[in-house]
Amino acid sequence: MTGLVISDLRLRIGQADILNGVSLGILGGEITGLAGESGSGKTMTGLVLCGLQPAGAVVTGRVEFTDSDRSIPNLLALQPREFNRLRGRRIAMVAQDPVASLHPMLTIGTQLTDHVRHHLRLSKQQATARAVELLERVQVPTPETALRRYPHQFSGGQLQRIAIAIAIACEPAVLIADEPTTALDVTVQAGILRLLRELRDDLGLAIILISHDLGVMSAIADTIAVMRYGTVIEQGSRQQVIQQPQTEYARELIAALPQVPPPGITTDAGGQPHPDAQPHPDAQPHPGVQPHPGNHPHSTRTGA
Amino acid sequence: MTAPATLIRRPRIAPVWRRPLAIVGILFVSFWFITMIIVPFLPLADPLAQDFTPLSPPSGTHPFGTDILGRDVLSRTLFGSRATLPFAILLVIISLILGSLVGAIAGYFGGVIDEIIMRIADLVFAFPTIVLAMVVAAALGPGITNAVIALALISWPNYARVIRSLVLSARNQEYVVAGRLLGAGPLSSLRRDILPNVASPMLVLAMLDLGSQILLLSGLSFLGLGAVPPAAEWGSMVGDGVQQFSNWWLAAFPGLAILTVVVGFNFIGDTLRDSLDPRSANAVTQVNA
Amino acid sequence: MMGAILQLDGVTVRYGRGASAVTAVAGVDLELPPGQIVGLVGESGCGKSTLARAICGLQPLAGGRITLAGEPIPPLGHRRRPARLLRIQMVFQNPYASLNPRRRVGDQIEDGRRVATRPVGSVSDLLTEVEMDASAADRFPHEFSGGQRQRIAIARAMAAAPDILIGDEPIASLDASLQSRIASLMRDVALRNDASLLFISHDLAVVREIADTILVMHTGHIVERGPAERVWAAPQDPYTRRLLAAIPIADGLGRIPG
Repeated sequence: MTGLVISDLRLRIGQADILNGVSLGILGGEITGLAGESGSGKTMTGLVLCGLQPAGAVVTGRVEFTDSDRSIPNLLALQPREFNRLRGRRIAMVAQDPVASLHPMLTIGTQLTDHVRHHLRLSKQQATARAVELLERVQVPTPETALRRYPHQFSGGQLQRIAIAIAIACEPAVLIADEPTTALDVTVQAGILRLLRELRDDLGLAIILISHDLGVMSAIADTIAVMRYGTVIEQGSRQQVIQQPQTEYARELIAALPQVPPPGITTDAGGQPHPDAQPHPDAQPHPGVQPHPGNHPHSTRTGA
Repeated sequence: MTAPATLIRRPRIAPVWRRPLAIVGILFVSFWFITMIIVPFLPLADPLAQDFTPLSPPSGTHPFGTDILGRDVLSRTLFGSRATLPFAILLVIISLILGSLVGAIAGYFGGVIDEIIMRIADLVFAFPTIVLAMVVAAALGPGITNAVIALALISWPNYARVIRSLVLSARNQEYVVAGRLLGAGPLSSLRRDILPNVASPMLVLAMLDLGSQILLLSGLSFLGLGAVPPAAEWGSMVGDGVQQFSNWWLAAFPGLAILTVVVGFNFIGDTLRDSLDPRSANAVTQVNA
Repeated sequence: MMGAILQLDGVTVRYGRGASAVTAVAGVDLELPPGQIVGLVGESGCGKSTLARAICGLQPLAGGRITLAGEPIPPLGHRRRPARLLRIQMVFQNPYASLNPRRRVGDQIEDGRRVATRPVGSVSDLLTEVEMDASAADRFPHEFSGGQRQRIAIARAMAAAPDILIGDEPIASLDASLQSRIASLMRDVALRNDASLLFISHDLAVVREIADTILVMHTGHIVERGPAERVWAAPQDPYTRRLLAAIPIADGLGRIPG
């Protein structure tokens, strides 16, 4: 079975314990959500799985990697050179900000094909064909033209699709997506989430979705692990963690979210037959001023 | 809310005592500073007294030998620190203040003011430093004070250019804008919000510049445009020495003095720059656990 | 005393010149009466931050006018900000960039107090008001977390006793569990001090919790405005509907919104 088994992963930098024993199973064909707030260690967990922990960090524990043709008993014991061969090829990562993660001076084509040629040793023509195929896979319109364009000529959502295309170019077994929609507008977020879910189903990818947004988790994660202080404090299926959180902290996180769903609208966009589509003509607010005193969730005591 | 923010320091540069170059730099520079302070109290010959046999090679009584007028080279070399270090430091401070002031004004106000200031700076840049320094020093007449003035007049553009670009990027920082919204005028904005935050790179620049200014100052003296005889000054001592080439000790010891102090300041400057490098400056990551 | 009214008439802001000019804000009308909480919602690039900058005089107008208590707001330029305009204060998006790292928190709040046109509480009072310990005054910004820094930034803005408080995405860089709390804190602080609040955010769900009126901005235009509950429950404009529909709901049902 493809996937990762993380056991008792610890990471310490100088005097600070960043990860305090993370244990987690990540399966192929599933999206595993790592939820938590800044400083909980969720991003650091993702970096360690890519072998990209900061210099000077002391990492202990075990990460077992399995895919269709091999099994590596402990990724952490690999030499840097061996990890380099694995990273990008079997374990890939998508970063938060696609604008920062793509090289501004190189065409999309170069960035897609270089990577493929390096890892898979394809010819230039083969690599270009593969690049077109990948852009089709992530639904970037007119892939042939897109290959000749530069990152600034795309919108944020398109760029994130391209970044995902680069990540899956070598058919990895594990894809780590660190806040993949946080830098994007809410109206393009859904498209990226849908794409991640398709990749999970079509390629059997094991996707690690790192996000602080429980709404995003609820949309596509199959299992959710809630992290705090460098450990997983709660994990379970999506329904279980969100609907019946077991720990106080998870309950607080969910309670702190704004009050949704919106009463007037369901999930279909723009389908509301409103007779009068005119914007409300004036900004005169209603005089009653304080419409909802009781609704503010003040229960969390985290961080601020 | 009361949970303290944990500071995680990425392993930045190694501590000073683990960096050999920094140690060498500190040793050299502190040697010369200490010498500068205590040299009058040392049991040395008068650096100006022409009491000894001229041109005697290094020996037990005169470890660095004597010069053509029968003066003790060791004494003159050690006393030479008093003719060089204070003036070089003064020179750097003057250029730093002048350059920062002009550069900060150019960067903050921009527009025509910026154009005028930076074109004048370009004009200075257009000439080789030592040539321009010679021209100005020659026009002012020889003397260490005039050499300092000459060098200050041509080194401020270095500082102005750097601080201008620092101010340019700092003035759009949110905290600068916030200060302006709270009613800070241009001067208090510069003084309170901008200059303190660009001070560290300027310090590095000044440290690195100190070495080259010592070199330039000695260069002017070497050419006879700096310290006037009979003052003991390294540059002019080397200058005298090259005319007596077979008597190697005349130029070698003051030359060595220049070398060690310049190298020392450069090593310290490099270390400072590494520790204030933007990458390591950002290495302090906030984790609010 | 009740604060002054901020009024925007046909405000237009363009970037660049000639044919390549981009219109960031296209004819926005807006009135911010005293004691009102107005939420301005839109996605990146819709012009909402440009509008905030224009209100503070940081962005010259290509058309229309902005007035505070009937008097126009000129571009800030290099001069000191005129005293009457100090009644407009802003809280910025990035709490890591909006406080001077080299000055103590107390001194930075004191800067605001010094220009206040009416009496305000002490620095400790102001810190207490934003639920911070008074001892924070002697410390430097890097000693605080993002949420704490944003509280300090709010205290600094309130120290100038503003009539108009503008929050330019003040919660966008904070942890999810803090966003609602900081937003309601801004609302409460503004109301207690008789200031009106223009709260700019991309997050309709949070804005709806604190705003009396919501304005939805898209490509430089206000496409919808109305009482918060009305906009939320019965959005009129197709774009607002799309925006509402795209909010992912933490219900555990595995539905992708939109």
